Amino acid sequence: MGEKKRLPLLAALILLALLFLAPMALTIAGSLMSSDEIAAHYGPVLADDGYMTEPVELRFLPDRPTAEQYENLVREPAYWQKYTNSVLYTVPTTLLQTAVAALAAYGFASRPGRGRRLLLLGYALLALMPYQVTLVPNYFVSKWLGLYDTRWAILLPGVFSTFGVFLLTKYMARVPKETMEAARLDGAGEWRVFLHICLPQCKSALWAAAMLTFFDNWSMMEQPLILLRGEELYPLSVWLSRLNGEQPGLAFAAAVVYLLPCLLIFALGQRNLGEGLK
Amino acid sequence: MRRTGSTLVRRARWRSLLFLFPSLLGTLVFFALPCGVVAYYALVSRPVDGAFAGLSNFAALLRNRAFLVGLKNTAILCGGAVGLGLPLSLGLALLLERNLPGKSLLRTAFLSPMLVPTVSVVLVWEVLFHQNGAVNAALETLGTGGIDWFHTGWGRWMVLLLYLWKNIGFHTLLFAAALAAVPRELLDMAALDGAGRVRRFCTVKLPFLAPTALFVVMLTLVSAMKLFREVWLLTGSYPYDYLYLLQHFMNNTFLSMDYPKLSAAALTLAGLMCAVVGLLFWLEDRAGRDLEHG
Repeated sequence: MGEKKRLPLLAALILLALLFLAPMALTIAGSLMSSDEIAAHYGPVLADDGYMTEPVELRFLPDRPTAEQYENLVREPAYWQKYTNSVLYTVPTTLLQTAVAALAAYGFASRPGRGRRLLLLGYALLALMPYQVTLVPNYFVSKWLGLYDTRWAILLPGVFSTFGVFLLTKYMARVPKETMEAARLDGAGEWRVFLHICLPQCKSALWAAAMLTFFDNWSMMEQPLILLRGEELYPLSVWLSRLNGEQPGLAFAAAVVYLLPCLLIFALGQRNLGEGLK
Repeated sequence: MRRTGSTLVRRARWRSLLFLFPSLLGTLVFFALPCGVVAYYALVSRPVDGAFAGLSNFAALLRNRAFLVGLKNTAILCGGAVGLGLPLSLGLALLLERNLPGKSLLRTAFLSPMLVPTVSVVLVWEVLFHQNGAVNAALETLGTGGIDWFHTGWGRWMVLLLYLWKNIGFHTLLFAAALAAVPRELLDMAALDGAGRVRRFCTVKLPFLAPTALFVVMLTLVSAMKLFREVWLLTGSYPYDYLYLLQHFMNNTFLSMDYPKLSAAALTLAGLMCAVVGLLFWLEDRAGRDLEHG
């Protein structure tokens, strides 16, 4: 392609990329504004009280940057309690789900057969079901097992979500069977084949599956609303929506701190995404 | 000798089955067995001491206006997400295939929305699409007048835009990985035969992209169904007709504890999903065969 045609294309793509980044930039800019400035720019929308006809003004730079919101956020114990809840749900779910899924994927991929293909199809279907389909079963199981209104009600079903199994099996099926067979002939047990041959070749896929699980669980919404009664156990994802309405002055800083773990994981794992989901 | 061999093989088979055990146990307890409960509730008249009701719960569902509206809106949203998202992400992947400076930065920028948590997205979307929001302010200055995004059909576009913004970069990445795997020799041969850009895309690249396209459609369905989170945070439990999703119906039915109605709805939705997935697998099978006979 000629140099002449390349420039407009590049300009268009850069513009599009900026649009994609804009919401995050808006949030970060908002988090550095004082409560008054937020009220002035975004008040009509966030406070939502009666007849305000002033339109909002998008600001990608605060007029006078201040850490006021962050200081107020530090003094908001409820926020940190819910933050801890979010971590306590998301981190174990992600780690355990990836582990369970890796084991299961090995079970599926190492010795394919008719029965296991059918089972995997069942897993794929379960993975594709919207949460609302399993809402009633989830609720009853948590009641029967005495998990209702405890952290376990959220954690356990998350650990056994089948989405990761489906992803990892697809990837593991491509680990050369000969390598695995050769190791077995050398006397390696299944466990060692799994740990030393299969897993190292699936690192990208493991990362990708873990990342998707983390992002999904960090934003969980239906499960806490259905399976928890008390607000103390709520994760940030549910609780924060209320804060946005009640204390708009805190909304942006709260969103930025909430976003940080995702940003960290994205930065660490991004290059595995494309490779790991092929 | 052969006997010991086959026992060994069988024992290895069993041992590899052990790897499946934790997942199977969890799936059985938390998903598979409870589905039996759903089937039971779908067939009885009342949650407690209900009599066998045959298919009357399903029949009632088909006469329920809220269910039908929700089903229609969810279907439109899924269809829109596939219909717009698939071509856009594939197109973007094709553009990014070209030799451009800063390509990986661009890709990261497109990918970044996937990490933004739902509540934060909703915060920004409120600022943008509120009656007094930034989009309407921009429309006012253009002289077209504002749009009531939350109470008219435009709401669907607002939600679809959110879907596209959040997912398109991720799907672009998947298509880009698939495009990179198309054998160079085939493309060079086609070019030597005088095939232009479009022909090379249709005859050489497209068959290699079919499995990825299918995978993307599945991911799209999953994400489109999860859009309920955003819609719920934006509009609450009882939104205006255009944004009332099947998931609203099911959540509300759950809260009113009408389990037979809810179970019938869950089974109907599950059945529809199975039909769609079955169709997709059938298409993949055909695409795979085409590639072999190519």
